[in-house]
Amino acid sequence: MPIELLALLLSPLAGSAVLALVGHRPRAAEVNAVFSSLSFAAAAVLVARVIESGPLVALGEQLFVDSLNVFLVALTAFVAMTTSFFSRPYMRVERDHRRVTGPGMRLYHSMYQLFSFTMLLVLTTNNLGVMWVAMEAATLTTVLLVALYRTHASLEAAWKYFILCGVGIAQALFGTILVYFAAEKVLGPGTGSLLWTHLDAVKTELQPTVMSIAFVFLLVGYGTKVGLVPLHNWLPDAHAEGPTPISAVLSGLLLNVALYALIRCKVITDGALERPFASALLMGFGLVSVVVAAFFLSRQRDVKRMFAYSSIEHMGLITFAFGMGGPVASFAGLLHMTVHSLTKSAIFFTAGHAAQQTGTQLMENIRGLAQVTPTVGWGLMLGTVAILGMPPFGVFASEFLILTTTIAVQPWAAPVLLLSLGVSFAAIFGKVQPLVFGEPTAARLPHPPALVPVFTHLALVLMLGLFIPPSLADWYRQAARLIG
Amino acid sequence: MSAAGIAAQFAELALAVLLAPLLTGWVNQCRAWLQNKSAPGILQPYRVLAKLFQKEVILAHNASPLFRSAPYLIFGSLALSAAIVPTLGTDLPLNEAADAIALVGLLALARLFIALAAMDVGTAFGTLGARREMMVGFLAEPALLMVFFTASLISHSTSLSTIVAAIAHRELVIYPSMAFAGVAFVMVSLAENARIPIDNPATHLELTMIHEAMVLEYSGRHLALIEWAASLKLFVHMCIGLALFFPFGIAGGGDWLGLVLALPALAAKLAVGGAALALIEMLSAKMRIFRAPEFLGTAFLLAVLAMLVHVMLEG
Amino acid sequence: MLQHFGPQVINLLAAVLLLLAFAMLSQRRILSLINLFAAQGFVLFLSTALVAALTDQKHLYVSAAVTLVLKVTLLPWILHRLIRRLNVKWDVETLINIPTTMLVGILLVILAFNLAAPISQLAGTVTRSTLGIALASMLLSFMMMITRSKAVPQVIGFLSMENGLFFAATAAVYGMPMVVELGVALDVLVAALILGIFIFEIRERFDTLDTRHLEKLKEH
Repeated sequence: MPIELLALLLSPLAGSAVLALVGHRPRAAEVNAVFSSLSFAAAAVLVARVIESGPLVALGEQLFVDSLNVFLVALTAFVAMTTSFFSRPYMRVERDHRRVTGPGMRLYHSMYQLFSFTMLLVLTTNNLGVMWVAMEAATLTTVLLVALYRTHASLEAAWKYFILCGVGIAQALFGTILVYFAAEKVLGPGTGSLLWTHLDAVKTELQPTVMSIAFVFLLVGYGTKVGLVPLHNWLPDAHAEGPTPISAVLSGLLLNVALYALIRCKVITDGALERPFASALLMGFGLVSVVVAAFFLSRQRDVKRMFAYSSIEHMGLITFAFGMGGPVASFAGLLHMTVHSLTKSAIFFTAGHAAQQTGTQLMENIRGLAQVTPTVGWGLMLGTVAILGMPPFGVFASEFLILTTTIAVQPWAAPVLLLSLGVSFAAIFGKVQPLVFGEPTAARLPHPPALVPVFTHLALVLMLGLFIPPSLADWYRQAARLIG
Repeated sequence: MSAAGIAAQFAELALAVLLAPLLTGWVNQCRAWLQNKSAPGILQPYRVLAKLFQKEVILAHNASPLFRSAPYLIFGSLALSAAIVPTLGTDLPLNEAADAIALVGLLALARLFIALAAMDVGTAFGTLGARREMMVGFLAEPALLMVFFTASLISHSTSLSTIVAAIAHRELVIYPSMAFAGVAFVMVSLAENARIPIDNPATHLELTMIHEAMVLEYSGRHLALIEWAASLKLFVHMCIGLALFFPFGIAGGGDWLGLVLALPALAAKLAVGGAALALIEMLSAKMRIFRAPEFLGTAFLLAVLAMLVHVMLEG
Repeated sequence: MLQHFGPQVINLLAAVLLLLAFAMLSQRRILSLINLFAAQGFVLFLSTALVAALTDQKHLYVSAAVTLVLKVTLLPWILHRLIRRLNVKWDVETLINIPTTMLVGILLVILAFNLAAPISQLAGTVTRSTLGIALASMLLSFMMMITRSKAVPQVIGFLSMENGLFFAATAAVYGMPMVVELGVALDVLVAALILGIFIFEIRERFDTLDTRHLEKLKEH
């Protein structure tokens, strides 16, 4: 087993154990950042190895890294690392404001690492059953994180999150049982029949009826976690009421990872079925999510809630892209996953600081960020411009590719998508502009905000808009071929 | 149709009509024993009937011919339903008519007439009882039909004798569906026969009574016939239950020996069934009338589940 | 004897499981609800053990033991402790009336049977016909979660949904591989513990366990 893969998984797990003991100490935030950085370093080495020598399996085939998940592993470890940098000053302010206590900080740090571990396990496991278990564990850790402040609203959000995702994830387990059922006919009983690599090898022999029913259950289950409409109800509440670093990782990582699980299942289902059943379902759910989220955006008053709806919209767009399939759309979907994750977490970072400066998340009470702390204000503005798909940012490139493919492949959907994107542009831009400019209501923070992560993310997004490094493009292409 | 069949048919009818009061007496006796009371004697219902037949009939001024003919119609339809339920043998001349749906129809006919007669004189109690009786009937009938349908799904026929023959002459197999249907049937029968927990045959409390409220205006031989019909109804229900769920000892076609042996078997099963009924009544409390829909709703649910479970597990 | 009557007894147990799911759906009292949940776990244990004996699948014995420990003993015990500490003696009430719930439940059962029919035809297990019942009891618990307004019944709904899934796995494929099954059991246990803590918190903040009070967060 490659040492970096082991380090990737063990470093957050060890971090969780260590921080469960010392997470309330003043230096805990640094420890947290160190463990996250370690796991990112491991991810970087892993990427180098996979680029060099291709896909690898380890631990008796239980772990598996190929071109599809390695880039998500890198992205996840990277965002988890930058968020841990951001959370250091942010959580310090929260603690000064007495919103979190010592034991609360311990829970926060320990669960943060455990959450990273479950995410990375979902990504690297080869076993669909373990994938489910890790996904459920991710839900449990984030439920605790969302409820961190123990206020009415956060408890309510966490309860809703738990009940909805608990129900949803149970459907996914039934889907997994059905997949195992279909695979057992071909591969025989035992763990082998749940391994994705084995399933992929025999996917054409799997029973089509069973696989189509299984996919419906998996879509409902993992789709709840992706936040697809109409299963999205938990998402805005959880984003708005949890601590901001958690909003950032929920939007930037959890949604991506859930979508990854769905894509893995889609690949198998497509192999078993001759008709484009899974694709049609993905397109339908994706399109509905885009439209509904766009029209809900204009009604939001809470800044984090509004960007949560924007996440639903973008996840819908990506789902739609994967539903269309084909090399270009899948490529665009993967690119969009990357840039959305980077941009959205950057936006949450700045929005979180803005909320701390004004003491509220209500947008009508936040004004003039650019005057008080130009970096926060401009960071929010640039992030918003990026997420709305303005050139030269990377979101523009991926949205442009998705739209052009839509016009070519599914022309009926193009006007709907364009209209929704227009509506959300008007809604978000109209609301963010007065936040940044206008009469200041904000106060300076006692600690300097950590804005390095924000501008690193935005710089990366900008780079991806102007120029995609050949090795990365190559990688996307391979992954897109895998998705089909 | 064989000579044995014809004999069985007549024997069944005679047995039902003659033994029905005895069954009622037996249930009453068991209940008295369980309650530590001194029992009135097993033949008490016969004595009551004899007394009532000797009494003069008193009619209300505004009673219509319907009121006078209803007791005969009720008794007649219940006697006919007793004739088509296979209790001794399955090879009966009335087989052609012995359909499960027809049986439910006959029971409904008796109910309809008793409710009409209760409203005929126009007293408050009669109308109240009739209304309650129709509510119970409206909920119990679909459940009873569902029970029959479950049994017919197993035997692929709605003819009672075919159902009983199919269930009786088969190797021992556990039918989860029949267990559900059995419970549902017991619940429906309790309601249909005005027993606890739906009604209490022993009281005349105006807040709760159903059956007794409807027959308050009857006297003399009319009342005797209605009471007899009520016993007959209990007898019929118990025989249906025994035939569907414990069909052992029922004779096949042209089997004289079987026919003779079926008689003690039936007597034994009825004795056990009566005792069980008394026990159920002992153990449960009378429900408020508003809870009756829930009770019968549960019976209906069980019957539907029985059917679904049959389709899924035994199909 | 075992080979002849075993599958029939499993069918009977499956039917009882379905009945228990309906009983839970219609149960108003919280204590009875917990007992019904424990009974469901026990039926599950019996059927898993019976399938294990019938098919000689070693790992199913382990699953049966896990079920006995976790779902018959531990979780009901936790729930009992929880309601004793919360001192909840009130009756559970439902959001829509019981007959309507029952009728919708019957429709769900029909849906589940239709959905499971093509799958069970393909299955080679002796328990294949019970797959529909497993799916049905899962959907019924799902419905219980939606129709109840109090927090504890919602948790019980969640746990019994897991029971339904477990039964489905046994019925269709003689249980999932051991790793997965243990992982799922662990998740359920942790979830139950977290929910228990949560219920205390909610009570602390809201002075009630009625989750209908949890509706400040919605779209205006």
